[in-house]
Amino acid sequence: MSETAHETGGTGPSHRNVEAGVAVVVAAVGLITVIGSLRVGVGWGDDGPKAGFFPFYIGLIILVSSAVNLFQLFAAENDNAVFATWRQIYKVLTVVVPTAIYVAVIPYAGIYVASALLIGLFMIWLGKYSAVVAIPTAIAVPIFFFVTFERWFLVPLPKGPIEKLLGF
Amino acid sequence: MFDDIGNLVHGFAVVLQPQNLLLMVVGIVLGVIVGVLPGLGGANGVAILLPLTFSMSPTSAIIMLSCIYWGALFGGAITSILFNIPGEPWSVATTFDGYPMAQQGRAGEALTAAFTSSFVGALFAVIMITLVAPLVASFALRFGPAEIFSVYFLAFCSFVGLSKEPPFKTVASMMIGFALGAVGLDQMTGQLRLTFGSETLIGGFDFLIAVIGLFGIGEILLTMEEGLSFRGKAAKINLKIVIQTWKELPRYWMLSLRSCLIGCWMGISPAGATPASFMSYGIAKRISKRGHNFGKGEIEGVIAPETAAHAAGTAALLPMLALGVPGSPTAAVLLGGLLIWGLQPGPLLFVEQTEFVWGLIASMYMGNIVGLIVVLTCVPLFAAILRIPFSVIAPIILVLCAIGAYTVHNNTFDVVMMLVFGVVGYFMKKANYPLAPLVLAIVLGDKAEVSLRQALLGSQGNLGVFFSNGLVATVMTLGLIALFWPIIQGGWTRLRSGKSGLRPAA
Repeated sequence: MSETAHETGGTGPSHRNVEAGVAVVVAAVGLITVIGSLRVGVGWGDDGPKAGFFPFYIGLIILVSSAVNLFQLFAAENDNAVFATWRQIYKVLTVVVPTAIYVAVIPYAGIYVASALLIGLFMIWLGKYSAVVAIPTAIAVPIFFFVTFERWFLVPLPKGPIEKLLGF
Repeated sequence: MFDDIGNLVHGFAVVLQPQNLLLMVVGIVLGVIVGVLPGLGGANGVAILLPLTFSMSPTSAIIMLSCIYWGALFGGAITSILFNIPGEPWSVATTFDGYPMAQQGRAGEALTAAFTSSFVGALFAVIMITLVAPLVASFALRFGPAEIFSVYFLAFCSFVGLSKEPPFKTVASMMIGFALGAVGLDQMTGQLRLTFGSETLIGGFDFLIAVIGLFGIGEILLTMEEGLSFRGKAAKINLKIVIQTWKELPRYWMLSLRSCLIGCWMGISPAGATPASFMSYGIAKRISKRGHNFGKGEIEGVIAPETAAHAAGTAALLPMLALGVPGSPTAAVLLGGLLIWGLQPGPLLFVEQTEFVWGLIASMYMGNIVGLIVVLTCVPLFAAILRIPFSVIAPIILVLCAIGAYTVHNNTFDVVMMLVFGVVGYFMKKANYPLAPLVLAIVLGDKAEVSLRQALLGSQGNLGVFFSNGLVATVMTLGLIALFWPIIQGGWTRLRSGKSGLRPAA
């Protein structure tokens, strides 16, 4: 799965560097786990193994396996593969950035308005749809979700000032 | 045994209530949609819809959710055959022969074969569950902490030995899951740990958020990167083709049986449906008389992976029901659902919640029959969904994921965590770290830890407790064999090739 065919001639960050980065982040998680476990005690208490006992060894295993992964990465010959071409990374960012904004806006605007904006802008900006198609879709989908969740399944979702104005 | 039959009949009575039948159809349809769309899979489809079931009775809830799972298993085949795009990882092997068949204008035949084999595989696994699960459960009732830990040990070791990802990456991914699962309140001492003073971390990391992020958002990012455009073959399927194909299928009974067995075996061990489908395809290719024709549109190449994938997907529920150890990420999400509905998964379920357990087992029979009918009749409809451009589908899936993440705890911070998990999932997937062990470790971390510590407490810290009787020693040894399987296998092949090297062909 990871060996996706890349568009020919594309340049981008090397696969090896990114993978090394992932291994370092994994190791950092292991280190944090070990430190956190040491704080609560990793030994034997009055009622058996202390709270940090289990995660301490988990953290150690993370550190060791990450070290092995790093070693294997650099022991193997560098195949000069790219992790993803810049074009592909740009495409991924076109999803990540709007989603990040979407997620940040939800607590203030409510999920329905935020969703309408996300769907509408996504369709116009990336899908090159005309506003005539995009705007009705962007409004219809959240209304559909509203009916499904709030009315049928009685699951309340975050609402913002506009919903308040409408009396929900 | 006779009790069980009575219970099963009662289970059918529960399932056949009109309301439950309706939920079943809804579940299957949602499941197929989830299976067809990229970015929505069985695991996170169930995770997103789980909060909807909080107000239902556990039996109705599990019927709907397990039907979503069956639907997703069926749905993967549609995209593989018509679009050459596996909707789910376990249907990758189906593309090898399914898509060439569609190109030759035999899409209807391929789809019928795929759905029917899925059905056969699932049915085989359900019958096995019906017969075996109560026995395993009554046996497991006698388990002490050491035995329980040994079962977890075996489950997690099998991941390392059987997964196709590099073993140390599997270990790293799994251990991160355990570490995330350990954050928050320690179940045994009531102490806070690994929170580093943060209040949001007291509750720990919820695996549902992890599932939605890792599998949902991560998958969308990958799809976006690959720049999918759907150009599918037309789905012509009618009663004549269906009956024609059905007439042909009994010829392949040996292939089906073998694929069922492979599927059940791989499904019970947590390797899951994906390796099962590949393994079944590979073996079929080697054994079949028409093996040279595989990859060019051979119907056997569709039957083998589909049967095995469905048998594995279904069999994955056996250890979840009988032992409380799920065999796949989706089974793990269902297990999480049980916990939320206040049911304790594991052997006691068979004693205390008979109605629930047998309702679920009966719904597996019914769900697969309903599923087969729904997919055979509605293929063109589902294929049409795929023709909706990704720039419309993607934001809607993102919104669904956000809603799913929010409803778990009614907390907007969880939605942020979902995105973080999504980006993490993208990098892990690209760097070849498997995600399933991570999810399973978050779900089972607490239980595995508690059984480990209780066992050690009982033995005053002596690790010998894990080899103190025949049962626990056997399970632990099996675990160790599974853990070092790649090394054992490598050694074995080297040994054999060494021998044949010494004695050249006479």
